[in-house]
Amino acid sequence: MPRATTDPAATTDPATTTDSAGAPAAPLPPTPSQTIGPFYGYALPFRGGEQIAPAGRPGTITLHGLVRDGDGAPVPDALLEFWQAGPDGSLTGAPGSLRRDPVTGAVIGRHGLDFTGFGRVPTDADGRYVLHTLPATAPAGHPDAAPYLAVCVFARGLLHHLFTRVYFPEHAEAHAADPLLSRLPDHRARTLLAHPDGPDRYRFDVQLQQTADGTHEETVFLAFR
Amino acid sequence: MTLTPFTPATPTFLPGAPLRGPRPLVAPAPPLPTQADISREIAARSAAADRDRVGGLPAPAHPARDYTPYRSSTPRHPRQPPVEIDHLADPEAVELTGPAFGVTDVTDLDADLTRQHPGEPLGERITVTGRILDRTGRPVRGQLVEIWQANASGRYAHQRDQHPAPLDPNFTGAGRCLTDDQGRYTFTTIRPGAYPWRNHDNAWRPAHIHFSLFGTAFTQRLITQMYFPGDPLFPYDPILQSVTDPAARARLVATYDHELSCPGRTLGYRWDIVLDGPSATWTEEGH
Repeated sequence: MPRATTDPAATTDPATTTDSAGAPAAPLPPTPSQTIGPFYGYALPFRGGEQIAPAGRPGTITLHGLVRDGDGAPVPDALLEFWQAGPDGSLTGAPGSLRRDPVTGAVIGRHGLDFTGFGRVPTDADGRYVLHTLPATAPAGHPDAAPYLAVCVFARGLLHHLFTRVYFPEHAEAHAADPLLSRLPDHRARTLLAHPDGPDRYRFDVQLQQTADGTHEETVFLAFR
Repeated sequence: MTLTPFTPATPTFLPGAPLRGPRPLVAPAPPLPTQADISREIAARSAAADRDRVGGLPAPAHPARDYTPYRSSTPRHPRQPPVEIDHLADPEAVELTGPAFGVTDVTDLDADLTRQHPGEPLGERITVTGRILDRTGRPVRGQLVEIWQANASGRYAHQRDQHPAPLDPNFTGAGRCLTDDQGRYTFTTIRPGAYPWRNHDNAWRPAHIHFSLFGTAFTQRLITQMYFPGDPLFPYDPILQSVTDPAARARLVATYDHELSCPGRTLGYRWDIVLDGPSATWTEEGH
């Protein structure tokens, strides 16, 4: 199965005004976002969603943390998704993150040969998540770029998902030239840095909203244009 | 989906039964807002959005994250504006690409939610189909679509949903499929029921199906809800009304399409989806 593509030659919605190349004259208005709500748990999480790295692969890192709200309370019903370049810097990903048994339909999980680059983890009752993956790598052709994991956060109460990134302290030099980090004041940029807290272990918390007492700085969230 | 799990009213004491021991010191829960309170807030946000539109501001396509009529949003929305990343200025951003899925990730049965158990689920069988496009109008091909929903009585197969409506042993309410070469997805399911929730007194969610969608780029990721045409609960629902532009709100409502109905089996609904956000292919083509 080829990866998802958009085909420039394919027909567009007949109701849409199109130019000679078949593209709409103006961008189509997007479908609005709505909250994930509290009851996605039997539909979206899948076994091994937190295990992007093939099990037992040397060099695997563990990323873990807490999702907190503006009252400082843990968020027990958030869903985090991660996307990252492969160990060779490729950005094509690979199918098979939620591979299924064609006999029973049950998830049998990744086969461990391909690096799919995609992870999905619900927070637990304490608002925590754990992800096992390979270290972030720079995209192929851009070896000097600061590597990061892309993150998408969904939660009940969040009407529109939030994007953020996890950068790692090993690449401080590249951070100075990163198009995002270099634009941020230090106290804001720090919210995007994972903190080492054990061998091959990093902590990255997501603070959805600054707490009133200022204890927890709000995470930097991103909008793409 | 509910704000907090629905909990039945606290059991009352049986008449004549003795009270044992001291009564627990529990602070009474603050009274829920009334529907009138919430409707007033919805109207105020809608009027503000109308003024912005008349004033020439572009209508927001997505809900504001600080939409207070939806009470759960209060502690969970960022106060700082998001930092913008322009795909033309930062064409190497990892988010301009996204995860891939394939035939190993779904089975044929996954798209028919009426066939996942030995018996037939209760309720009105429906076909839901449509196309997934990006904002340039191109179909998103071979990509994962996931749905979940309540059963015909308005109950989710989720332990924390305590709405006292019956569970259906023949209906779980989760499905997935891959889009075809035209970006088309199709599900067979049953029409979900409306259900009460605890956002405010007498709060009811209009019937809806949750959709989770991937584009060619992580920036295009979308989770949303599809509604059914003509539902009388629309004006009362702060989640749907969080989309303050009426034209944008209409894009969340499916169309009944008689041509899609399967004779003797299902009623057909069409719902096309347009994913927001730039992708690497846009950069290549100079959008």
